[in-house]
Amino acid sequence: MSWVNAILQGVLLGGLYALFACGLSLMFGVMKVINLAHGDLAVVAAYVALGVIAVTHVPAVWSFVLVVPIFAALGYILQRTLIQASLNRSVLTTLLVTFGLSVVIENSLQQFLSANSHSLNIGSLVSASFSVGSQIRIAYLDLAIFVIAVAVLLGLQYFLSSSRHGRLIRAVADDREAAQLAGADYRHIFGIAAAIAFATVAFAGLAYGMYSQFDPSIGTDQLLLFAFEAVVIGGLGSLWGTLAGGILLGVAQQIGAQINSSDQILAGQLFFLLALVLVPQGITSRFSIGRRTA
Amino acid sequence: MSTVGQHPPRAGSAVPEAGVRVTRSRRSALWPGIAIVVIVVILGYLPYLAHSGTTSLLVQFFAVLTMASMWNLLAGYAGLVSVGQQAFVGLGSYFVLIAAQRGLSPFAGLPVAAIACGVVGLPVWWLVSRLRSGYFAITTWVIASVCELIVIRYPSLGGGTGTLLSGFPNISDRLLNAYIYWISLAVTVVVLGSIYVLLRSRTGLVLTALRDDETGARSIGAKVARTQRLVFMVAAAGCGAAGALLIISQPFVEPTSAFSVQWSAKMIFVTIIGGIGTIEGPILGTIVFFVLQQTLSQYGTWYFIVLGLVAMAVAIWAPRGLWGAIADRLGIRLFPTGYWLWPDGSRRPGMLPWRPRGPGG
Repeated sequence: MSWVNAILQGVLLGGLYALFACGLSLMFGVMKVINLAHGDLAVVAAYVALGVIAVTHVPAVWSFVLVVPIFAALGYILQRTLIQASLNRSVLTTLLVTFGLSVVIENSLQQFLSANSHSLNIGSLVSASFSVGSQIRIAYLDLAIFVIAVAVLLGLQYFLSSSRHGRLIRAVADDREAAQLAGADYRHIFGIAAAIAFATVAFAGLAYGMYSQFDPSIGTDQLLLFAFEAVVIGGLGSLWGTLAGGILLGVAQQIGAQINSSDQILAGQLFFLLALVLVPQGITSRFSIGRRTA
Repeated sequence: MSTVGQHPPRAGSAVPEAGVRVTRSRRSALWPGIAIVVIVVILGYLPYLAHSGTTSLLVQFFAVLTMASMWNLLAGYAGLVSVGQQAFVGLGSYFVLIAAQRGLSPFAGLPVAAIACGVVGLPVWWLVSRLRSGYFAITTWVIASVCELIVIRYPSLGGGTGTLLSGFPNISDRLLNAYIYWISLAVTVVVLGSIYVLLRSRTGLVLTALRDDETGARSIGAKVARTQRLVFMVAAAGCGAAGALLIISQPFVEPTSAFSVQWSAKMIFVTIIGGIGTIEGPILGTIVFFVLQQTLSQYGTWYFIVLGLVAMAVAIWAPRGLWGAIADRLGIRLFPTGYWLWPDGSRRPGMLPWRPRGPGG
């Protein structure tokens, strides 16, 4: 029964990883940029939420109302300035610049806000749970994060397939030159895609801040790698693949933790390397037939 | 294509068409060569003159220079942007520790650790070789994380808290420090010398072609995959040697800092600022790094933030770095690895200076 519990907890954890991964996947799919500062931006979102809560005294759960729009704006601005400037140079430059951004963010957080860990205080919700059967307990928070992750992915899917801007983003991702000939300003479209990606990063950072303790180093040590692993396991260009990848990673970690409590992260990393060897195109590549954006 | 593509004869025996003279550098390489020898001799004599504080700082300098030169070979020439070289830095440290626990002197452990890291580099290469740019970068990072998590599992290696390295020869502290300094100087000279020899060899021609245009290099039949594998293993061994230097000079090792991504950050920033794709770049960048670190040392990690910002700006707006700016103006090469064509009777060589473009740029 404890194994069933481990798998169930892994599935719920996978929702959080998918939330981290979808922004990374979107930016790679549209701009061909792997944003190495992705994890650190999520940590920044959690710190911004701390500030927002301290100033406005809103409950932590509602901090996203302010933090998500701030991050969307930040994403648009960063894309139009720093990331576009490095994209104009080369793909290699985008890697170097986002890596530099990651290091600068982490060290600045440590310099200004110390290396102490914090968490977003959500009161009694953090420990509230309900029982299924005799051995399985599900925390309301974990379930809520999973539901939010699925909702964000659904919203993203709907936006990309049905809205005008979503169609423009897919057009630019598929063929930038052709989209430009048809009158689309690809720089603006890139900015919008980055704004959406950053908004999801903010959601993920807030969810993580409520779920667990965070400190400046967590962004590079864990979050970026987990997000990337979920993307690769799931397969690029498919949001549902990203969810599946996140869930598989979460389950692998929880099974590892079940075997030996200190092996949670190692189990996830080894599972990722195994998946990379066995299905390098990601699991969804085995099933999907239609066009892929990446 | 530059002259590299049209003149791929055996290195050093270029047989050009009549009426063209080929040299390795625009000006005579004699004086830069003599300058390098003089600098190495002065550096070698330094323990007799300076305090041990100075020499131990220089040990750190040599370790960073070694890593940066290796990263430059990987990213600047072979087009492999790794963010996981700290895997080999950490493994280098721990291999010295393991060897010392088996009774080997740390000094003898250094070459053993470097070779072991080169060997470990081969299976890692199998894993990452088919990945491109960003995928390659983050996967190397994951592998570094795996190495750290595996090392932590062994209490005999100090687990997560770290352990002291013992087994040094029973000599005075002053002499021991001097030995450590000389060994790190020797490692740096060997590493820079090997890179120089490698780049002047036939493999170096492939690497230079790769640096300029990977697709072009493949299309003229350059053995790209084999060369990249060689470079990856050499870089693993070099970073392992740097990691060995770090544990010998501390003498302490702790997994979080041994496998820290900060090592990759240092290598990358130093190489970008100094000038990627040249041997001289990492040397200049490491000097900038240490000057900045020493002047801003009382302000915590500010030096690192400044370094990161400067590296980002250089990568976007001045991708040839400091050495690129200097070399153009003065026309000098400390380590001449290219070819210059002199049309008969001309006083100006025909080779265009190299400008980095990167894939897709």
